[in-house]
Amino acid sequence: MPDQPSSSPSCSTPSGRSTTTPRTDAAAGSAPGGSAPVALLRRPSGEAAASCPVSLPPTLSPQEAQEALADAREALLGERRLLRVEELARLAALPDDQVAALGALAHEVRLDRLGPTVEVEGILSAKTGGCPEDCHFCAQSARFDSPLLATPMLDDQEVLQAAWETKASGASEFCIVLAIRGPDERVMARLLELVPLVQRTTGLQVAVSAGILTENQARRLAEAGVHRYNHNLETARSFFPQVVTTHSWEERAETCRLVQRHGMELCCGVLFGMGETPAQRVELLGQLQELRPAEVPINFLNPRPGTPLAERPLVGAWEAIRWVALARLALPGVLLRYAGGREVTLRDLQALGLTAGINALIVGNYLTTLGRSPEEDLRMLEDLAMPVGALSAAW
Amino acid sequence: MTAVAPEPGPGDGGASHCPGCGRPLAPGPGGADAGHCPGCLPPLDPPRFCPACGRRLRVLVSPRGWRATCRTHGPLGPDF
Ligand code: SF4
Ligand SMILES: [Zn+2]
Ligand SMILES: [Zn+2]
Repeated sequence: MPDQPSSSPSCSTPSGRSTTTPRTDAAAGSAPGGSAPVALLRRPSGEAAASCPVSLPPTLSPQEAQEALADAREALLGERRLLRVEELARLAALPDDQVAALGALAHEVRLDRLGPTVEVEGILSAKTGGCPEDCHFCAQSARFDSPLLATPMLDDQEVLQAAWETKASGASEFCIVLAIRGPDERVMARLLELVPLVQRTTGLQVAVSAGILTENQARRLAEAGVHRYNHNLETARSFFPQVVTTHSWEERAETCRLVQRHGMELCCGVLFGMGETPAQRVELLGQLQELRPAEVPINFLNPRPGTPLAERPLVGAWEAIRWVALARLALPGVLLRYAGGREVTLRDLQALGLTAGINALIVGNYLTTLGRSPEEDLRMLEDLAMPVGALSAAW
Repeated sequence: MTAVAPEPGPGDGGASHCPGCGRPLAPGPGGADAGHCPGCLPPLDPPRFCPACGRRLRVLVSPRGWRATCRTHGPLGPDF
């Protein structure tokens, strides 16, 4: 499921934050790394669409904000445990003037767990458009009147050329993305040829994003040398049915587990700005804590013409920094990668994300849209004294 | 297959269709002068329609560039 690392703008402004659904035990459960498991990931079979199990407190007072930050610091750097969903909900209610402090803590946690290195990756849409699924944010769905022309799978030379471009940008990872629900035998055969070919020819680690997998497919991809498999949750389970109806959140989560079971690193991204509430963003972070991906790409909705989300507003830049920092604090040892939408969402604040938890980048262009030049990103990393290199998660 | 009325190509006279929606461009500012209709092509998007004939383009976006091809007018590049 090639999801866009596309982007989108978002919604929630500070004043639009809040929403109060009753707090539940699930929301108060502790996270992995701690002890008692949170019940955010699995729900009893047969249960109807989930409601958001998280609620946010009202915006914190200055003193409450200081306490929340100090508690988070002690949990992450003292006790060295994961934050619980209720602790994340409290941090999500920090006032805007505390977002810089939140980012500073996130940066400290990132340096503590993974150091200053930044991992750089290039991506390629190797089969574009014509996807039968209906992800409302995606220009590649065949169900919407998008200006994109569906194109068949690229040939070896086109893929290799893109991999060399990636290598020339200082990247260590190259992700081959296909706009499909899941691979059929023909696609599997192509991937099983392409992955070793790219790896052998360029020396890059190869990642794949090809939608929902069966057990057998996951095993064969792992055997072919796929380093990471990308399969995004995109959004909280409670919000997912509002943006995708052709497959379920549970199907996505199951593919994520399959990937890990077969020894590939899981890359599992989020897309902020589709109309989800802040409480649902916290819910999603809790669900990611349970999945324990190696990498989490952060996408911001870049509304695509012709899609149902075409008219959504962009996420505010400062709000985006808040959620980057919260993602790092929720997932202290992951590779947190800037993905689609950062240029339009963050504009001049792009460097700030790298001092608020981000430690990986997609450089250059995205799947169907363009990014800023790799040189600009590499200069930004140099200015920040952050070396480029390959990273592994440190859960 | 279908006969297409002669249209200016990228190299012979400039854009007559919007690369964001494919519709013919109105003459003057905000149309042909701008190269696309107002607000039609987001700033970080490659062209989606041939500026010469308005057909949908086959677009390949790679990490460092993009290439678009019209069935009638052939390849376009970032400099079109
Ligand atoms: S519509 Fe298809 S290509 Fe787009 S995100 Fe959904 S599954 Fe992936
Ligand atoms: Zn137009
Ligand atoms: Zn043409």
